[in-house]
Amino acid sequence: MSDTPADVIGFYSTQLGIDEAAAESVLDSALGRGGSFAELYFEHKRAGSLSFEDQRVASTQASLSQGVGIRVVEGDAIGYAYTEDLSLEAMRRAASTAAQIAHGASDAEPVDVTAESYPADRYAIASPSTSTPLADKVDLLRRADDAARAYHSSIARVDASMVDEEKRVLIVRSDGRMVADYQPLLRFNVSCLSEIDGERRNARWGGGGRMGMPYFDDHTPESLAEEAARQAVLQQEAREAPAGTFPVVLAAGDSGILLHEAVGHGLEADFNRKETSNYSNRIGQSVASELVTVIDDATLNLSRGSVNIDDEGEVAGHNLLIENGQLAAYMQDRISSDHFGVAPSGNGRRQSFRHSPMPRMTNTYMTAGEDEPEDLIRRVEYGIYCKAFSGGQVNITNGDFVFSVTEGYLIENGQISAPIRDVNLIGNGPDVLSKVTGVGHDLEMSDGRWTCGKSGQSVPVGVGIPTVLVSGITVGGTQMRPGAGMSA
Amino acid sequence: MATATLSTEPLELAARLLELAQAAGADQADAVAVASTNASTSVRKQQIEKVSESTARSVGLRVILDGRQATVSTSDIGDSALAETVETALALARVSEPDPFSGLADPKDQARNVPQLALFDEQIPEVDGDHRLGQALTCEQAALDADSRIVNSGGATFSTSFSSFALVDTNGFAGSYADTSASMWVEVMAEEEDGQLRNAGWSTSERSLHRLDNPEDVGREAAARALRQLGASKASTCEVPVVWEPRMAAGLAGIVAGTASGEALYRKATFLADRQEAEVASPLLTIIDDATLTNRLGSRPFDGEGVVTRRNALVNRGMFQGFLFDSYNARRLDAASTGSAWRSVGGLPQIGSGNLTIEPGETSPEEIIGEVDDGLYLTTLMGFGINYTTGDFSRGAAGIWIRNGELAEPVQEINVSGNLLEMFQRIDAIGNDAQWFGATSAPTLRMSRMTVSGV
Repeated sequence: MSDTPADVIGFYSTQLGIDEAAAESVLDSALGRGGSFAELYFEHKRAGSLSFEDQRVASTQASLSQGVGIRVVEGDAIGYAYTEDLSLEAMRRAASTAAQIAHGASDAEPVDVTAESYPADRYAIASPSTSTPLADKVDLLRRADDAARAYHSSIARVDASMVDEEKRVLIVRSDGRMVADYQPLLRFNVSCLSEIDGERRNARWGGGGRMGMPYFDDHTPESLAEEAARQAVLQQEAREAPAGTFPVVLAAGDSGILLHEAVGHGLEADFNRKETSNYSNRIGQSVASELVTVIDDATLNLSRGSVNIDDEGEVAGHNLLIENGQLAAYMQDRISSDHFGVAPSGNGRRQSFRHSPMPRMTNTYMTAGEDEPEDLIRRVEYGIYCKAFSGGQVNITNGDFVFSVTEGYLIENGQISAPIRDVNLIGNGPDVLSKVTGVGHDLEMSDGRWTCGKSGQSVPVGVGIPTVLVSGITVGGTQMRPGAGMSA
Repeated sequence: MATATLSTEPLELAARLLELAQAAGADQADAVAVASTNASTSVRKQQIEKVSESTARSVGLRVILDGRQATVSTSDIGDSALAETVETALALARVSEPDPFSGLADPKDQARNVPQLALFDEQIPEVDGDHRLGQALTCEQAALDADSRIVNSGGATFSTSFSSFALVDTNGFAGSYADTSASMWVEVMAEEEDGQLRNAGWSTSERSLHRLDNPEDVGREAAARALRQLGASKASTCEVPVVWEPRMAAGLAGIVAGTASGEALYRKATFLADRQEAEVASPLLTIIDDATLTNRLGSRPFDGEGVVTRRNALVNRGMFQGFLFDSYNARRLDAASTGSAWRSVGGLPQIGSGNLTIEPGETSPEEIIGEVDDGLYLTTLMGFGINYTTGDFSRGAAGIWIRNGELAEPVQEINVSGNLLEMFQRIDAIGNDAQWFGATSAPTLRMSRMTVSGV
């Protein structure tokens, strides 16, 4: 069973000697020069990984990472220090380092810490994979390997891996709030190489979430491996993608990466507080087609991007970002919510105790529309259908964003035709979202395989979208072709 | 004094862990320990935004039992945590499967003494918060003062770091070295008449303080880059020559090093797999990997397996010279280690480059641009659109359009694409203006043709 918040608090107290009195003492040091707010983020993380190649276990790894990150806030400025040494002396020393952001004498009352409870039920799982015998995991990897090789005779290499972790987080703040969470995370990956007459094509696939072993009941290693193998073999048939601006149909699920890049990052409140985002000062304005409603939701059951509490100790939530094309809200952390005078939205996240929190996405998706997915394809005379992706990036300030398609097809006369080789798409956030001319009724969340990077920090996220038609995005292929329009 | 503490402590820690592993029955093992002190100060609009300072340390163990391999790392270095690390590593190795190629580096390839590469700047541990703050403020102020159209800032950061790396193994290797780094970064925004912002950043990063670009120059460069993007629009779709500014060319050197990884070769995940000693690029192109350069960020006396580092030619006048290897992939492919193993405490050795250099040519950047009637001067690439297996390259881009041999109007929201093999072969000019960016030195270079996608 996964730990309850009370179990995690008990773990810190009995295993590591971190109790309310110790936390109060460190917080007193943190506020020793008069900072307005201080917070301790304790993290205890056990992670493991198993990799399988050449039809055998290639390596096994395990790690233990523990420490505390101490943040002192003074206005919009922060002091930050961390230590892996959890002795009271080392923690107080780190707290004094972080305290240097403030320049006064302490006038703060001693902090009185109280453990607070909240409904921690988004990933209360019965059997965390971290407690599963290794032999059972090896069996899953072997099944994946067998299935990929059986899928097609051209599959020349299969590499599979399974990575999991359990994180115990304890957050104690100078306002007295103490909350804890147990955060499991599982990911299974398969990479396949297809080789025909010396022509090699590769593809990878995988999934997971804040789940235990039951993940594999619905997502068998065979199904994940066959998907990787299918994409690799398909690439053997792929032709050069066209160059130019064309209508694009995004398949349901992974295409949510478009939202993550086109609007997600731009709606993180730190950029908007600093007015460096192209969405700054645009709350209430139209930033997308009225077909577009976008939500960031940390409460999805078992999803890779979900959290019970954010890394500043706020209960995470379901936040409406864009409603029928109108900008509704930004994603907030503590500093930005103070700045904007709004409630924290539970989006303050960080990679680890070595990092200070900032506004981040959790699971970001577009709500379902009313179109039949097939109709959206039928509406395109010549364009691209995108299904699988390797990643994306955005320039927050000018709004330009890219995403790389690894499984795509031409659409010709309303029909999906030939597969195309890897291609990058580039657009501008509000421009592309204003060109959304059809939204399917088939909202789907991606399987848990996405990791988001920002300012050098990685956090797990989820994305989702229904089938969507965009009337024009620039497609970075190599095949020169005159542009073609779309029928009504 | 800080130096002495750092250079001995990780070595002792690694040795202690290795000794426990040997006592517990590991026949082959190595241990890695790292300690580092990192400090940085960020400012924005001339106000302090963040000050951080921490010392981190962690230790990792690899054990090999009859060819069965496991690695375990911990940031808890108490006695019981180290004992648990050893126990876990042995347990994991037992459920792993034998691999005839796993093992430590060959002792005869390992370093016997540690060459002096000037990796440690004694001044850096002495740098205080006021100095970091002053440099960051000066850098940002220079950017803000450059032009009245510079209206906003993403901030400036000045960071310093000193660290120590130690490796010991059961063949008797024991080595450690300490190094330092310093870096400065700034981003500012220029405003269009309609209020739209164009941003640009610039940075400098070195082993020694004295080698850093001065803060005013870094700030002014960021401002100039933001200003020159004012009025940017989308280009038309076309096939044209593309001139890569030195910073972009430096990225290309990194791509070459990635495709020249011996692990990618083993996995057949590189388009260079069947092209050893073949012509893969224009005869103008020479790319060297060298971890022995004095005072450079990619330098180190020995690699992550204790193997002596060296100079490896990757491409010589267009001919591909060979792959980079750690000892494991070298054994799998009947090759020799090139001293290219990188090691973190938490994992197996991974292949990577040291310092990369694209050898400069004799043409000035002005001539390289001057010969182009209609083409793209590439200053920004976005995204991950590189397939190392096929060489397909398709990435978002921005830059300046070249008309009649002159830099004309800025362009953005475009894509550049091609196949890396063709792209390398189409290099038809290399500049004499090589510059260092971190661990890479590169000049301007030109490709005779790429596809630009736009409107």
